[in-house]
Amino acid sequence: MKRWLGSAITLIAMSVLAPVQAQTVVKPAVVYSTGGKFDKSFNEGVSAGVERFKKETSIPVAEFEPSNETQFEQALRRFAQRSQDPIIAVGFSQAVALDKVAREFPNIHFTIIDSVVDLPNVQSVVFKEQEGSFLVGVLAALASKTGKIGFVGGMDIPLVRRFQCGFEQGIKYANPNAELITNMTGTTPAAWNDPGRGAELAKGQFDRGVDVVYAAAGSTGIGILQAAKDRGKLGIGVDSNQNHLHPGTMLTSMLKRVDLAAYNSFKAAQAGDWKGGTQVLGLKEGGVDWALDKDNEKLVTPDMKLRVDAAKAGIVSGTIVVHDYMSNNSCKP
Amino acid sequence: MTVRRRTALGPLPAWAEIVVLPLVNIALAFVVVGVIVAIIGIDPFHALRLLVLGAIGSSESIGYTLYYATNFMFTGLAVAVAFHAGLFNIGGEGQAYIGGLGCGLAVLALGDVVPGWFLVPLAIAAAALFGAGWAAVPAWLQAWRGSHIVITTIMFNFIASALMVYLMVNVLIAPGSMTPASRAFAASGWIPSMHDVLRAAGIPIAASALNLSIVLALLCCFAVWVFLWHTPGGYALRTMGHSPEAAVYAGTNLKRTTMVAMCFSGALAGFVGVNELMGVHHRIVLDFPAGYGFAGIAVALMGRNHPLGVMLAALLFGALQQGGTELAFEIPSITREMVVVIQGLIILFSGALVHLPRPWLQYLFASRY
Amino acid sequence: MQALTPTAAAIELREIEKSFGTVHAVRGVSLRIEKGAITGIVGENGAGKSTLMSILYGLYRADAGEIRVDGRPVAMASSREALGHGIGMVHQHFMLVDTFTVLENLVLGAEGGPLLAGGLEAARAELARLAREYGLSVDPDARIADLSVGEQQRVEILKVLFRGARILILDEPSAVLTPQETDRLFGVLASLRERGVTVVLITHKLREIVAVTDHVCVMRRGRVVAERRTADTNVEELAELMVGRKVRLDLDKIPPRLGEVLLRAEHLSLVDGRGVRRLDDVGIELRAGEIVGIAGVSGNGQSELLQVLSGIRAPDGGRLTVCGRVIDADHPGDPAEMRDLGVAHVPEDRLRQGMVAAFEASETSILGYQGRAPFTSYYLLDGPAVVAHCADLMERYDVRPRLPTLGSSLFSGGNQQKLVLAREIARQPRVLLVGQPTRGVDIGAIEFIRRELVKARDAGCAVLVVSVELEEILSLSDRILVMFAGRIVGEVEPGETNEPALGLLMAGAAAA
Repeated sequence: MKRWLGSAITLIAMSVLAPVQAQTVVKPAVVYSTGGKFDKSFNEGVSAGVERFKKETSIPVAEFEPSNETQFEQALRRFAQRSQDPIIAVGFSQAVALDKVAREFPNIHFTIIDSVVDLPNVQSVVFKEQEGSFLVGVLAALASKTGKIGFVGGMDIPLVRRFQCGFEQGIKYANPNAELITNMTGTTPAAWNDPGRGAELAKGQFDRGVDVVYAAAGSTGIGILQAAKDRGKLGIGVDSNQNHLHPGTMLTSMLKRVDLAAYNSFKAAQAGDWKGGTQVLGLKEGGVDWALDKDNEKLVTPDMKLRVDAAKAGIVSGTIVVHDYMSNNSCKP
Repeated sequence: MTVRRRTALGPLPAWAEIVVLPLVNIALAFVVVGVIVAIIGIDPFHALRLLVLGAIGSSESIGYTLYYATNFMFTGLAVAVAFHAGLFNIGGEGQAYIGGLGCGLAVLALGDVVPGWFLVPLAIAAAALFGAGWAAVPAWLQAWRGSHIVITTIMFNFIASALMVYLMVNVLIAPGSMTPASRAFAASGWIPSMHDVLRAAGIPIAASALNLSIVLALLCCFAVWVFLWHTPGGYALRTMGHSPEAAVYAGTNLKRTTMVAMCFSGALAGFVGVNELMGVHHRIVLDFPAGYGFAGIAVALMGRNHPLGVMLAALLFGALQQGGTELAFEIPSITREMVVVIQGLIILFSGALVHLPRPWLQYLFASRY
Repeated sequence: MQALTPTAAAIELREIEKSFGTVHAVRGVSLRIEKGAITGIVGENGAGKSTLMSILYGLYRADAGEIRVDGRPVAMASSREALGHGIGMVHQHFMLVDTFTVLENLVLGAEGGPLLAGGLEAARAELARLAREYGLSVDPDARIADLSVGEQQRVEILKVLFRGARILILDEPSAVLTPQETDRLFGVLASLRERGVTVVLITHKLREIVAVTDHVCVMRRGRVVAERRTADTNVEELAELMVGRKVRLDLDKIPPRLGEVLLRAEHLSLVDGRGVRRLDDVGIELRAGEIVGIAGVSGNGQSELLQVLSGIRAPDGGRLTVCGRVIDADHPGDPAEMRDLGVAHVPEDRLRQGMVAAFEASETSILGYQGRAPFTSYYLLDGPAVVAHCADLMERYDVRPRLPTLGSSLFSGGNQQKLVLAREIARQPRVLLVGQPTRGVDIGAIEFIRRELVKARDAGCAVLVVSVELEEILSLSDRILVMFAGRIVGEVEPGETNEPALGLLMAGAAAA
């Protein structure tokens, strides 16, 4: 907790205190993913970063919520034509569209979150979700009394499997005998927004002995975490800090600081030191972490905290290597 | 004592039926939309201007309008053909999805092997074949097992979606890619975009998603018209749709005709994959049917299941889609949900409530003549 | 203001006008309907009688003219208002809910409160009273689906009386009834008259008019052309008034010149989906140059017989030999193949089978032959050839109006039937199967259709006619087969029998 805060502050401080090279006039813009701005998760995280930037700088930010995939390209191009700069593309599904539009507008700066587009005018921000998931996996294994732990993913795509894979490694790290039960909510984007089905899946897992469940499923997670509360089981939130949803049954949340990514991109552009290339934000960089606050401090014993902090230190220092599912489309190295 | 009553309302003149009535419908829709837009504090005239200009205001917006219309034409025709046979094909979504898989596989497999003039027609045929194949299973279940086609086609949408996710996530995903998308198609498997073609012809227009698939769509409109009204097969198909008893009496094989109608329908829906994947994305991506299959039902209903009507309805739907995008773009307080409401109202008035203003017009004409 | 109307008129119509677009359906009709009497309104299809009654019943509004009920002018804007004036209508097609009981149907639309029970009990008492008073007995708790057609019609009449009607309009009530049921209906109408109910009977069957009415009014082309006391007229005069010229329904037939056997059915049997035996050991021989009539009460296997003979259904047992081809359960035929063999079929259900209501007449004129020359060449339908073919049929078979592009459903029943018959006869078939040749067809067309059938026979065609009209069977047939419960129960020569004798056979009285 302190650690990520620390690195975040460093990041912010760096951008704010950077030499004031003639504060450029920025006209930032965001194209959200099809989940929409208020998905209580990923897009909403970006939106929080955008709102913070607007509040601090009073600079208006153009925003667009596409309703289908074709509109990605259309929206990115329209923003570029209007000289919006920088433009953030939220979500891996915009990669193809951005690749095309970024080539058409080499002087506009683009940032894509959750995917890599290898162009000089594109900044790619990806997260090591497996590392954060590893940590909450350690916590889950330590908190579980039955030795059975649940994972409910959203849409079955590689990204979600990366969460699941990191989580599994964390569990095995803390308790090699623990068992992980995995469910995916669906195979269409609707899976990100189906709390009812999420709750059903979670209850199914509880019936099979699960007592800690990790909800990596966007808005669907709301139902999963609610079900955990109703059954007196433990839930783990995702993306933003969701501990406040159900104090007392929220074991922790896996934090993915997309808000920071968006905010930093805008601030860097404003300061004139925006850089292209790929940023991989892991534990070390403060891009992912686990959440500990007053809502869950009673659930995390000093011993548990010790074990998690040790794992975290190991990952940061490189003594623990968390395998990335997407490196070989498999959870085995 | 004789009481003279008001003359009965006669039918409208043909030109009023075809031109005035739809215009009144659209105008009515705009009035209602305007009121709603005004309620949320936006100048309705400004919004209307943005909507119209967004749809047809520049070569880019016209391009997108036509590109959307291409998809709507394919799915609208698909629904219309099945409807003429008395079959309600709700599976356009899944057929489009699998059709896209068909052309995608063809291009991925042969992209570097055969030249474009051979590959593109082959891939288009593959899209038709896959789309038809996906429609053939529900058709077979209906014809031989009596399973209702509405149910089975809906189920097949889900199956198609699940199958595609499985294939994209596990099989076809480009190695090392974050995104569940296939590797890019070889350029020989692309359908040329309209702006490239016109630029080569010396007519520069702005870049858009519009590609030559629209020519295929127009050819399909013509082909459907010829098939339904100018071939014995189409005649038998329509007979079955109007009266299965008459079709049996006429010696039509209902099972075979059901298969023909659904396969034709599925092939048309499958062409959405051609427009989307070969024309725009140049790789297989997830979720490209994006509801076109369902919208096709509304397009067909509004176009009265006639290819010409489907074409016009598809243009309206395309314009609304594109105009709505621009509207959301320009006015932040109009969210995409609001855009759906606006589109829905216009479709409601010009489709479902098409007869609403008829009596008023009839009074008007009756009093004039 | 004219003089006071005599109290004896239940309804008076004055100068009623009604147009539909360019069709002037009712032209200045004035009519008096006597109280407590049965008035018949006759006319060919399209003469305007149904339109006139619909105006009276509030279904249409007249363009001009006046309606008086019991001497007072009224505006009849809806059927509810008509009922308020005591006018009720029994439609040709029953408006009953099949799965409801008689009582439930009776109170439908007149439930008398939010709770059904009270209304039902009141209705039960009222029904008992009506049954006593008019001799209309029906079991109030029977489901409509379990009742015979005649009983269903009785429920329709009760429904109208239950709503307080004192003036009853019946639209072609006998079209769906057997001769025996028709007689029973006429008994009911007579008893209604005795109790002061005014009855208006719309029909095109002149025998019924003469049998049951007190007055008769003849309509032709939207006008009333004659009003008669029934006692002062006869069938011949009425027919002439209706059609506008002399009509001869009796056919001058030369004796048949019998040729070879073209169709032979042996031991045919057919079991339907519910396990009911629809055809049972049916044997028929049909020779070139003869007309064989199949008589029977509707629903005794005649429809299934036509389906099997025309190839629509395969028999479950027995065999059928048509022009040399043998068809049995293992070697089913299909309608297209039967057409190739020279079998033409004018189906019983003209509207649903014989044509497609939504199609243009020209399209209907090739139904079943669409894939053949000259309509199809190089896989494409030849539109002009189809239209020319239709125009030719219309000319030769006097189909009016002569508009091949007009929707099939917009022709009158007689003209539709002429078009279907023309399509089938024009191919000069070797075997012609005809179901209900003149059902719902007006008298002028009946004459024409019957003559065409005889002409086909004389040209060497083997003709099989299925009809529920005994008079038609008797006048057309060279031989008559009677069907009952899926079996052929008798064969008679038309010259050696009469309607009562046939009626007994049809009722299964002589069933072996």
